[in-house]
Amino acid sequence: MKLILQALALALMLFQGTALAVIETYEFSSPELEQRYRELSQELRCPKCQNQNIADSNAPISQDLRKLLYQQLEAGANDEEILDYMVARYGEFVRYRPSFSGATAILWLAPVLLLLAAIAVAALVLRARRDASAGLTAEDQQRLDTLLRQAGDGEKDT
Amino acid sequence: MPARLKLFLPLILFAVLALFLFRGLELDPRELPSALIDRPLPEFALPALGEARQLTRADVTGEVALFNVWATWCVSCRVEHPYLQQLADLGVRIYGVNYKDEDDAARRWLDELGDPYLANIADHEGSLGLDLGVYGAPETYLVDAGGIVRYRHVGVVDERVWQEVLEPLYRQFSEEVRSR
Repeated sequence: MKLILQALALALMLFQGTALAVIETYEFSSPELEQRYRELSQELRCPKCQNQNIADSNAPISQDLRKLLYQQLEAGANDEEILDYMVARYGEFVRYRPSFSGATAILWLAPVLLLLAAIAVAALVLRARRDASAGLTAEDQQRLDTLLRQAGDGEKDT
Repeated sequence: MPARLKLFLPLILFAVLALFLFRGLELDPRELPSALIDRPLPEFALPALGEARQLTRADVTGEVALFNVWATWCVSCRVEHPYLQQLADLGVRIYGVNYKDEDDAARRWLDELGDPYLANIADHEGSLGLDLGVYGAPETYLVDAGGIVRYRHVGVVDERVWQEVLEPLYRQFSEEVRSR
């Protein structure tokens, strides 16, 4: 019980950290725009920082991009237009989920390829193991018995 | 697979991993490829710093030039400034983009430290910076005679950057103009 409470407290602290990171607030004309603002600002990556979205970052460029995002949303741009606008200026880096293209293919395909490779290796290992334990031929069994008997005799001698 | 070869598998894996990690030591994750490479310099119409005229894209293109994004609040720009002055003295064409700065402070800076720029675009709101994909000063763009952005360097331009990267490109694109 205590552990659960501690985990909850920790989760709360972490959650608050992200919630408090943004300083400025914008007045949206509709709750729907505010929701999209929240989603897009989590999706867009701060170009200056290595791994923060613009919602969490305090870098000046993130403030600029948030302002721009707000303006574009209020001007009626759809999500795709906004993302295209950002990508045209800052490259695919600015999106946490980059679009599929030649340059980003490896990002999207690597997990699938690695999984397939892992399955292939596992299949090979399993098959090799099954072959090894497939049972001995009569001849092998006889040799084994002889060897075991010899070893047993050896032990008695000492 | 022969059993003997299997023994070397961990070593091979280690070697491959080590190779990638070693390469990673030299890569700078902060170095983003600019989205503008091989694209035209964005259109703009902004005041010239310390002059009564407006500058547009047509005023600053036509010859190979560097576009240096700077500001008085940018500490690295002060470090970079003397070297830009040296380049300008050698005849390198440099335009300034005074990024999100105050005119008075910027003019004082140029009076005190020297002015290596052919002209300065006063980008108070950072709108040109946004179109260029600037995410922090200093940044330096190499634009060819046709107004196409050819290279973007993030960070201070020093002797090493100039000699190894910018100068060969500057020469290459200048020669292309002459041979035309």
